[in-house]
Amino acid sequence: MQFFGGSEISPSPPTPTTTTGNNAHMIYIFNRNGVCLLYREWNRPLHTLNPQQDHKLMFGLLFSLKSLASKMDPTSADKGNLGVPQLPGQGCSFHSFRTNTYKLSFMETPSGIKFILVTNPRTSDLRETLKYIYNLYVEYVAKNPLYTPGTPIRCGLFNTAVDQYVRSI
Amino acid sequence: MDTNDSLRVASLWHLMHAISQQLSPTTGCSEIELLEADTFDLHIFQSLTGTKLFVVCEPGTQHMEALLKVIYELYTDYVLNNPFYETKIPIRCELFDINLTQAIQKDRVALLGR
Repeated sequence: MQFFGGSEISPSPPTPTTTTGNNAHMIYIFNRNGVCLLYREWNRPLHTLNPQQDHKLMFGLLFSLKSLASKMDPTSADKGNLGVPQLPGQGCSFHSFRTNTYKLSFMETPSGIKFILVTNPRTSDLRETLKYIYNLYVEYVAKNPLYTPGTPIRCGLFNTAVDQYVRSI
Repeated sequence: MDTNDSLRVASLWHLMHAISQQLSPTTGCSEIELLEADTFDLHIFQSLTGTKLFVVCEPGTQHMEALLKVIYELYTDYVLNNPFYETKIPIRCELFDINLTQAIQKDRVALLGR
């Protein structure tokens, strides 16, 4: 996966493959310590838990799924034990899973920033979309001199850019 | 993967299944059907009785749901109808193994044309 292809936002975002504009339910961004940097929701009729528990549960789920994927990988000879934290890029990591009500797409950058997008189940592969959102993150958040890494993102421009882009998926 | 690892993976899966239902944005979420990773895809089929079937395959393989249903039918025919089979023990049925391998070979032939 090439993250460092260019320093500017890729000029053309991936073309939308589905016709409805109301595709995405919510987005989470976590850093490597589990701090939820961003959570935005656009279409979430059901709230089972309060936000703190929801974030923790999501992070825990991803950690376990990565560990499981790395263990079940049929191609690698040496598999670590379950529960051992995997470094970003080490071992085989999953990139999405689908249930009958939603599809969750996941991407982890080499710096440990995790992007999660929850959409409707008929969406196609969203890896390019997540890469584009990572580029937005780099432009608006990482390059922002007033942003302290490890704290929740409070940047209006970034939120608007993400909202606008996600509505076009 | 030895038996202990299989047990660990199974219990981890059970946990994640429950969590993924909690995190669903809408009501009526039943189960994870497909997990896509870099080097493999994992398809899951859950019967009405709660038996889960897992298939690990190449990324992008189509028609795994049909194969899973076929395997489930083989399971009911050879394992559950077997009067000597007790639930919750590992399956040691030769006929089941033979037919399972045949079904997968047939599927592979249909897919690859060889």
